[in-house]
Amino acid sequence: MRQLIKQREVVVDDWRYADEDPVGRERALILPFARWQAEREQWWLWDGRLGVRLGPTDPVAELKNDFTRIGLVAIEFSGLAEGRGYSQAALLRSRYKFTGELRAVGKIQRDQLFYLARCGFDAFELPEGADLKVALTAFDDFSVAYQGAFDAGGVHVQRRAVG
Amino acid sequence: MYQYDQIDQALVDQRVAQYRDQTQRFLAGQLSADDFKSLRLRNGLYIQKHAPMLRISIPYGLLRPDQVRMLGRIAREFDKGYGHFSTRQNMQFNWPKLEQVPDILALLATVQLHGIQTSGNCIRNVTSDHLAGVAADELEDPRPWCEYIRQWATLHPEFSYLPRKFKIAVTGSPADRAASRVHDVGLHLVKNEQGEVGFEVLVGGGLGRAPMIGHVIREFLPKKDLLAYLEAILRVYNLEGRRDNIHKARIKILVKALGPAKFRELVEEEFAAARDTAPVFDAADFERIKGFFAPKSYEALQDLDVVSGKPEEFRRWYQYNTRKHKAPGYRAVFLSLKSPTRPPGDITADEMDRVADLAEQYSLGEIRSTHDQNVLFAHVKQSDLFALWQQLKLIDLATPNIGTLTDMICCPGGDFCALANARSIPLAKQINERFDDLDYLYDLGEIQLKMSGCMNGCGHHSVGHIGVLGVDKDGEEWYQITLGGSTGGHDASLGKVIGPSVAHDDVAETIERIINVFVEHRQEEERFLDTFRRIGVAPFKAKVYAPAHQAA
Repeated sequence: MRQLIKQREVVVDDWRYADEDPVGRERALILPFARWQAEREQWWLWDGRLGVRLGPTDPVAELKNDFTRIGLVAIEFSGLAEGRGYSQAALLRSRYKFTGELRAVGKIQRDQLFYLARCGFDAFELPEGADLKVALTAFDDFSVAYQGAFDAGGVHVQRRAVG
Repeated sequence: MYQYDQIDQALVDQRVAQYRDQTQRFLAGQLSADDFKSLRLRNGLYIQKHAPMLRISIPYGLLRPDQVRMLGRIAREFDKGYGHFSTRQNMQFNWPKLEQVPDILALLATVQLHGIQTSGNCIRNVTSDHLAGVAADELEDPRPWCEYIRQWATLHPEFSYLPRKFKIAVTGSPADRAASRVHDVGLHLVKNEQGEVGFEVLVGGGLGRAPMIGHVIREFLPKKDLLAYLEAILRVYNLEGRRDNIHKARIKILVKALGPAKFRELVEEEFAAARDTAPVFDAADFERIKGFFAPKSYEALQDLDVVSGKPEEFRRWYQYNTRKHKAPGYRAVFLSLKSPTRPPGDITADEMDRVADLAEQYSLGEIRSTHDQNVLFAHVKQSDLFALWQQLKLIDLATPNIGTLTDMICCPGGDFCALANARSIPLAKQINERFDDLDYLYDLGEIQLKMSGCMNGCGHHSVGHIGVLGVDKDGEEWYQITLGGSTGGHDASLGKVIGPSVAHDDVAETIERIINVFVEHRQEEERFLDTFRRIGVAPFKAKVYAPAHQAA
């Protein structure tokens, strides 16, 4: 069973990716953005929970009318050099008011968690083998910040606030 | 200058703890060299030719005496007894040990210094005019805005993993002593027709390979919109900038590819769309910051005749190394780090201690680093100038050459830097030996000589009146010469290559030939740059590449 960090706790993932369950037997499925676009009408009527997985060049604005149906957005990171996901997340939370699960997935490491969380990510799927218990401590690397932020659920956090 | 509160101090202390953990994980083999690289760079640590290089941030070039003493202590205890001022007003140490860096950063944190974002693909140290707050030609002091931007940029969650590094310069004077037109973003304090002060915003300037002059994308930005507008620029860049090729990842490449008009349109669209969620101007916090930069309490003094009856050497120093101050009876004083025997920008631990003492005694306890790699005492009483000059002479910091050919900018080059194609420090020595007659230098007037050991351009060669760029030809050091570059004000320009590269041993000879052409064609007191712009590259080319017997 895949584990991940969600809302600052280590939990078992109750979602499946479409390539793990192509026909949708599970009741919670994450589709690639392209497939969601192509098969939107058909999946809209499906009776399970739906998520969409975005690559770094996928335009988040195109999901803006879908959030009554989509409960999860997963954003891919290919490594420390990939930074577009931070802006994609910030846009989802601040501009499009997405309040569902926002998951960082791919080659992410604990040194990024503080930044990712402040951009609005609330779920973190670290590479296999990562020590999630140790990674949990990274959210507390800093008790202060110079920027306001949209945290999980779109709650605005003041700048220069002591957390 | 700005004083840290508990929040500022907590952030720096926690950053040290975080980096200590990252270093330990790397040394224990739990963090790959690649992943550690990205993290250590964000704390200013490079791996260089002989040893790591640690770059310490000096926000917009301002230092207190205790901070300078601490830099001296680091130089003494963890390095080889000296440090180097960079062209971005920072300080670099060339010999620290990787495993000791967390201890160095912990010591620096005790005096509110750090290496945060002095490297890596993030927003770098905000630079400014070294005469900020004292220059008579200034519309408004840019430093409160620099500090406001510094805080916003520090550990910014969305903009810490950009396509490439990002440099911002702010200036309050039309003279643009901060080279803002060759920054990723240049901000100029300007007044509009209604008499309000705001910012002119330039984007896409830069040095390195493909040097470019920035484009104005907003003629007037109200002050309250500053951070919101910067966020719009950064968000467009973060999402649209290239990440597939390190040499095409700077914002200047994006601006060029889209065209400045299209880029501006994208920024304005994002700025409008983010209106409700972008950072709101925090007037109270800005006033708090601004309070730290209030004008000093100067004594009510009159301007003096300080040179009459004094030695010729002092008079020269006064003329070249001091500048007008807006308070009567005061001068701003350059401490030249360009003496003939010194690698440009280098300063020893003992000199740092002495500089700290002298700043306390003569300059209201404030020290500034300049982007020309000198030190500035901004608030010296005219009645103290002679005594200060005598003290500075004792520590080799009174060479009266500011603004002349030998006040050259020079990167560490192939002697230290892993990126360099060629050495640059020995060129400085070669040029100093050839141009050792001060009177001749004075006759030549203002000439900016800028030298880089590779096309990354840390020595700003592209904007030197005379630029020298180290290139590698089959393992040998060669140097490409450019003429006519300038960072100054509205006439910023990029230098033009005059022809084939010259060998290491011929650089000083080449510069002498260039100078001879200038002297031959110069009209009255014309500056080198103006002569070049008037006569073009051809006369220089003809003499530089002539056989020795025809070149004279």
